[in-house]
Amino acid sequence: MAEKTLKNIEEQFEMFQILNEEGKIVNKDALPDLSDEELQELMRRMVYTRIWDQRAISLNRQGRLGFYAPVAGQEASMLGSQFSLDKEDWILPGYRDIPQMVWHGMSLHQAFLFSRGHFKGGQMAEGLNLVMPQIIIGAQIIQTAGVALGLKRRGKDNVAITYTGDGGASQGDFYEGMNFAGAYKAPAIFVVQNNYFAISVPVEEQSAAKTIAQKAVAAGINGIQVDGMDVLAVYAATKEARKNALEGTPTLIETLTYRYGPHTMAGDDPTRYRTSELDSEWEKKDPIVRFRKYLESKKLWSEEEENKVVEKAKEEIKAAIKETDEVAPQKVTDLIGNMFEELPVNLQQQMDEYKEKESK
Amino acid sequence: MREITYAEAVREGLSQRMREDSDVFVLGEDIGVYGGAFGVTRGMIEEFGPERIRNTPISEAAITGAAVGAALTGMKPVLELQFSDFITIAMDQLVNQAAKVRYMYGGKGHVPMVVRTPSGSGTGAAAQHSQSLEAWVAHIPGLKVVQPSTAYDAKGLLKAAMEDPNPVIFYEHKVLYKSKSDVPEEEYTIPLGKADVKKEGTDVTIIATAIMVHKALEAAEELEKRGISVEVVDPRTLVPLDEETIIASVSKTGRVIIVHEAVKRGGFGGEIAGVIAESEAFDYLDAPIRRLGALPIPVPYNPVLEKAMIPQVEDIIKAVEETMRGA
Ligand SMILES: Cc1ncc(C[n+]2csc(CCOP(=O)(O)OP(=O)(O)O)c2C)c(N)n1
Ligand SMILES: [Mg+2]
Repeated sequence: MAEKTLKNIEEQFEMFQILNEEGKIVNKDALPDLSDEELQELMRRMVYTRIWDQRAISLNRQGRLGFYAPVAGQEASMLGSQFSLDKEDWILPGYRDIPQMVWHGMSLHQAFLFSRGHFKGGQMAEGLNLVMPQIIIGAQIIQTAGVALGLKRRGKDNVAITYTGDGGASQGDFYEGMNFAGAYKAPAIFVVQNNYFAISVPVEEQSAAKTIAQKAVAAGINGIQVDGMDVLAVYAATKEARKNALEGTPTLIETLTYRYGPHTMAGDDPTRYRTSELDSEWEKKDPIVRFRKYLESKKLWSEEEENKVVEKAKEEIKAAIKETDEVAPQKVTDLIGNMFEELPVNLQQQMDEYKEKESK
Repeated sequence: MREITYAEAVREGLSQRMREDSDVFVLGEDIGVYGGAFGVTRGMIEEFGPERIRNTPISEAAITGAAVGAALTGMKPVLELQFSDFITIAMDQLVNQAAKVRYMYGGKGHVPMVVRTPSGSGTGAAAQHSQSLEAWVAHIPGLKVVQPSTAYDAKGLLKAAMEDPNPVIFYEHKVLYKSKSDVPEEEYTIPLGKADVKKEGTDVTIIATAIMVHKALEAAEELEKRGISVEVVDPRTLVPLDEETIIASVSKTGRVIIVHEAVKRGGFGGEIAGVIAESEAFDYLDAPIRRLGALPIPVPYNPVLEKAMIPQVEDIIKAVEETMRGA
């Protein structure tokens, strides 16, 4: 009986796909209603982000950029989901999810400031509903339930979307966040980007569950597993999740994806825990390659178009780095000053002490 | 004797114990083929297998709670929390559970577990991966707290921690992992609650923990050239604290500086200062007790500011000279 229930549940979670590896539509009914321009824009963003990733990695190696978690391989999962959002929706990202923030409206320059740990990297522009990338695994997931609740109470037609990885789905906060959102019928979307590894730990060592998507069942919210290398499927699933969220049912979306690069640029060597066979298996599923094929078949994309995006990305990144270099370095007094709205007396004394030191 | 690193000393101590006692097992994130975030368990899964070197899901509360549970069955779990900052997530299991078991079972409950966890700044790991929160756990009756500063101490203290029938929080310092000292190959124990006088002196006592021991020794060397004889005391364990050695040293020198990397406000230095002030050493003091600790701000990512936030050798020298002048 109990065995059957689990089996029944697991069988429900088949991977949702629209565009297969060859760039052919395999699920016509689910094809999202996107204009040609929108399709091209999605492609532009993915190509741009791939170039940005390459540049960020080399800038990091040169010591010109700080913390960076590579994203190549995950573009469809990241950008397809963000593309379905309204400008005023809230994003609660993890440390890897900088592209979603940038395509939601944060400047590259600010992303670079964040990478360098400059306090200005955290100062979100007015009206930009972005929470700082979370580094404590799971914390953002509960906060999402809270943000969604706040949006609902304020009568906004907006949702809160959060991102974590397969590893994050093991954290207690993950279950608590989904359960809260479900109980409050709050407009939340939980995206788990399953790239099959939490640093070195493979997903099958992290849970007995066959899918992460099925974890939605216990929380009484919708759950779906999506081909995370298929930008159309990710877009369509998130779009629907957004609609349901506004009607009071949160969704857990599991995107199946892969990070080509190391975990972060702080000394990870993936060959210690991944085989090159696995790497090349995933490269065959590449989100950009398949979408390019699809767009080319529709005469919506060309080499020339792609080169233009590549050049534009390179130029903008260069300019953004330059702009970042020009920002005044932070001082101890900046840090003390950012601690409280009004400085308590003893901090004020410390502030004065450092002001004097810094003026010398 | 041969020199090995602090990380190697921890690995060696752990491995030797595991060869002798099959009840000891290790659990933590990425401790398998990856070898842990700082390479401490590298090679251990190859020797002990995945049952005894257990990769865990990312669930600090569960890692700690599972260790409490396993300990109740007589196992001796050693858990690695990847960064000591994540102890926040494990706090209920440590504070309300592990620390209380023996007491609430009328002395009959046992949780012989060791929480190994890297703390401290200096690696550019920013606000949520660089803290020194040892004062939090030192405040909790039922938990022992260890902070080794050398490879030699790490190996001997770890053995004592693993043999201790109580929960022990064992803080390893990230920056010290690569530091080397002479370490015997055979097993040895350094009892918990025994401070170590790292350098003898007559004019002033510096009580320093973890990485600050090294900064204090460096400062002492410079001060020696300026004619000031410094004694450096490393408590090594905060709980239990070797009050006797501290009081004896301060009574001898009549001057004391306490240095730790943790934020000064609410840091363990306050406790040490209190112990001195309440003891007979107070009568010997020729200058006020001085504490050095970090500024009350999160650890900055920027390496220059990260340094500016915590006491440096020059700050210690300055504090000693001021104390010598009686200021
Ligand atoms: C609470 C907490 N525990 C552990 C870590 C260390 N850590 C950082 S990333 C990571 C793996 C995360 O894997 P996953 O959620 O799959 O995301 P991915 O990096 O693959 O995108 C770990 C263990 C952390 N940052 N926070
Ligand atoms: Mg992952």
